[in-house]
Parts: sequence; C-alpha cells; structure tokens
Amino acid sequence: MQLTNKTKPHLKALLTTATCALLGTSAQAATENSWEFDTAIMHYAETDRVSATEAIIAGEKTFDNDEVLNLKLTIDVLTGASPSGAAAQTSPQTFTRPSGNGQYIVDADTTPLDDTFHDTRVQLTGQWTQPLLEDYIVSLGGNFSKEYDYMSASLNGNLARDFNQKNTTLSVGMAYAYDVIEPEGGIPKPFSSMVIGNSDDLGFDEEFSQTRIAGDETKTTLDLLFGLTQVINRNMIVQFNYSYSTADGYLTDPFKVISLVNTNGEAQEYLYENRPDKRTKHSFFGQAKYHFDSGILDTSYRFMTDDWKIDSHTGEVRYLIPLDNGHYIEPHVRLYTQSAAEFYQPFIHQGQALPNYVSSDYRIGELDTYTIGLKYGLPMGKNSDLSFRLEYYHQAPKHNGTDEIGELKNVQLYEEIDAIIAQVTYSF
Amino acid sequence: MQRYKILFIVSVILLSGCASLGVQPWERDLLAKDEMALTSSPIDAALDDHIYFSKEATSGGRSFGGGGCGCN
Repeated sequence: MQLTNKTKPHLKALLTTATCALLGTSAQAATENSWEFDTAIMHYAETDRVSATEAIIAGEKTFDNDEVLNLKLTIDVLTGASPSGAAAQTSPQTFTRPSGNGQYIVDADTTPLDDTFHDTRVQLTGQWTQPLLEDYIVSLGGNFSKEYDYMSASLNGNLARDFNQKNTTLSVGMAYAYDVIEPEGGIPKPFSSMVIGNSDDLGFDEEFSQTRIAGDETKTTLDLLFGLTQVINRNMIVQFNYSYSTADGYLTDPFKVISLVNTNGEAQEYLYENRPDKRTKHSFFGQAKYHFDSGILDTSYRFMTDDWKIDSHTGEVRYLIPLDNGHYIEPHVRLYTQSAAEFYQPFIHQGQALPNYVSSDYRIGELDTYTIGLKYGLPMGKNSDLSFRLEYYHQAPKHNGTDEIGELKNVQLYEEIDAIIAQVTYSF
Repeated sequence: MQRYKILFIVSVILLSGCASLGVQPWERDLLAKDEMALTSSPIDAALDDHIYFSKEATSGGRSFGGGGCGCN
C-alpha cells in the first residue's frame, strides 16, 4: 500500500508532463490545476472465437472558469476467429481467406469461422466543455481511430441549457463521422462467388480479382441527439434521450458470405453478402437513478427501430452497494433482444431468385443476449480508486423461421456464444 | 363513481408531484455524489459501447458512440 502511495504522484506527474508536452503547454502551470486520470485494461474473450484486449488512458482537466478538457487514448488488439456467414455442413468445407491468400478447412458440423483476424486499433478522443452565458453549456469534440484496414474520424457538438434552478436540462447534439474501409484483398463484388482453389495456381489471381470491385469504400454517419434530464427529488434523477442516426455508403461486411445450397442442403457456392447502402435508426433511451439508504439503483431502457426492420429492446440494472470499509460492490444485469433485418437469411436456396440484399450475419438476425456481472471497487488513498469488473455475456441467435432443408436439419445454424469480460480500472 | 373519485385523487397527487419536481440548491448533497452522475463510470460505458456495437445490431442511445471500427 505504501509503495502505491509513493509511486502514485510520480506517475501522475509523468503523465501530466507528457500530456502538457503534447498540448504544447507548460507542465508547471498545468500541475496547479491538476489532471485526473482514469486508466483501464479490459479483456474480452469468446469461447473458441474472437478475443480482444483494450487499454484506455483518459485524462480530465478542469480550468479556472469551469472549462473541462477530456483526452482519451484507446488501444485495442483483436485476434481470433469470426463467423464467415457460411452455414455448417455435415462434411468438411474449404474456403478462401478474404485476402485471397490461402485457404482454410472447416470441420463437419462446425460453424465456419475465419481465423485470420488480427488487428490493432488506436483511437484518440478529445472533448472540450465549457459554460456559456448564464445557463448554457457547450461541448465540442473529435474522435479519430485507425486500424490496419479501417479508419474512422468524427466531430461532435452539444449544447445544453439548464432551467428551473438546474433541475431540468435540455440538450441537443450532433455528430458527423466519416469511415473508410480498405480490406486486404479489396472489396468483394456483391453476390459474386468465392473463388476456391490453389492460390498458387496460374489464373487464380485473375479469377479472384474478378470478384473484386474496389480497393476501398467509405460511409458517413450523421447522429442527432435530443436529451432531457430532470431532477425528481433529493434521491432521484431521470434522463430521456431521442436519437436519430443515418448512415450512408458502404454498410456491407466485406468479410461475410452466404451459402447457396441445393435441395439436399449442400453448399454449392459461397456468395459475398450485400446490404443496403443506407440505414436510418431511431432510438429512445430512458434512465433513472435512485439513491437509497443502502445503495444506488441505476436502471435504463432503450428501444431502437430502423429501416432495415430491426427493432431492439435493451434493459439494464446496476445496484451499487457501499460496504462498511469504504469498498463497494455493484452487481449488473443487462438484457437485450433484437428482431432480424428484413434481408437476413441463414442461407440461400438455389431454387430461389437472388434477393437484392442479403446477409447471414447472425448479428443482424434475430438475437437475444444477456450479461451478468459484478464490479468491486476500493479506495487507494486520497482521490484514487481501484476497481475490478467481471462479466459473463451470452448470445443466443434465434431461428428466424426459415425451413431447413436436407442436411441443414442436422447441423447447428444458430450456435450460441459465451464470452467473458474482465476489466481492471485505476483512477487517480 | 367511486372509481372516478379515486382516479381524480390519484391524478391530482401525480400532477402536484410534477409541479414540485426538483430540489433546492442545498438539497443536492446526494445528487452531487460522483456515483449519482448519470454516467458514473465513463470508462466502463465506453468499453461496453464498443463491445455491444460490434456484437449486436444496436448502438448508442445514451450518448454519441465512440467511433466506428471494422469489428468482427
């Protein structure tokens, strides 16, 4: 414990100096209004599939006139296997990697997973918030992230006004994002058939390149957010948000395919998926926090509906229980359910006319998930705090009513997924 | 009739509750705690947003998301 207290100011001074150097300000001046830091490392692991480790360092500094600067650096590393979208079969299947370099074989009775995912993402976020006139608060921010095959940049602005002795706050915000995807091997042509064969063969590259239409694609996203926050009484505060989000551009997943099966349910080809190039979402979010004598209850609910015909409901409850020794525990439950996008299909039958849009990505199919978790926190001296969070996340894709044919009756098309989320946070 | 009376009384109570929503500045002791902030753990919220953004079809609602990714 003593060791921690000794090293802490040192670490903080170091980070302050580093941050000031980046901002081009003097560390000496900045230490007078000191920074507060949150650091966290999180590990997300699915059984036999993707795992990701994410590290965050976030700094917040409040200036003399209540201006607040937030800076955040996030680094995450993703590895492991992700569903390709193809249906399981009763015999082994061979696929070409999305890059066109090499093949992989998936065992019988196994959900096809592409195990080539390795990516490192670096993200920088900055936000400036300050009071304006008597009752207004204005906030402006930006976000930039880059990974090997993906870039995202966004700007946001928010204006809030307090009423009724700051018991009521209305806010309006807008964000605009520009994303570029540049997958290894290029953007596949929608509904083109995955080329399977030896990638060293003469002619393979030629054939593969005919299934590609571009090197990269872009999308833009516009978000609008309207919020109302209301203090109910000494113990309770509530919030309501309506948000509108519209995305334009390339919304297809270039790594996903769908099995084209014959009347026996045997995959004949794997076709690259195709999604509409526009999606508009409306979401309604409500949250209430209540301070009981024994703890703090935090509940929220969100309803989302979009023009892909996906509706979703999300409910979340946390209860923070302070312990006698200054520590706390916080159990957490989250329940989520969504309906399928209108163009979702687990496979395509050869006899059926090709639809305009199709995807077999279970994440836009009918899906129920739940999360249960626990957070444990303890103070580590003046103004610093250590916490641990452990959560279990379960995904249960649902049968969407499509009749299985032939051998597809004997395989698992809607495989459930388990994941663990483990996180350590240190704030100082 | 009895039912309408009850409905009327309940409505009056609810409405008078609405009119007196909020607290005086000196009654903010509990609301001022960090734990009572609507997003009391922004780091957890950001990490959760990123996970559920890449695993489910819905994202955002609470605030603006943390930016896109080619997540799988």
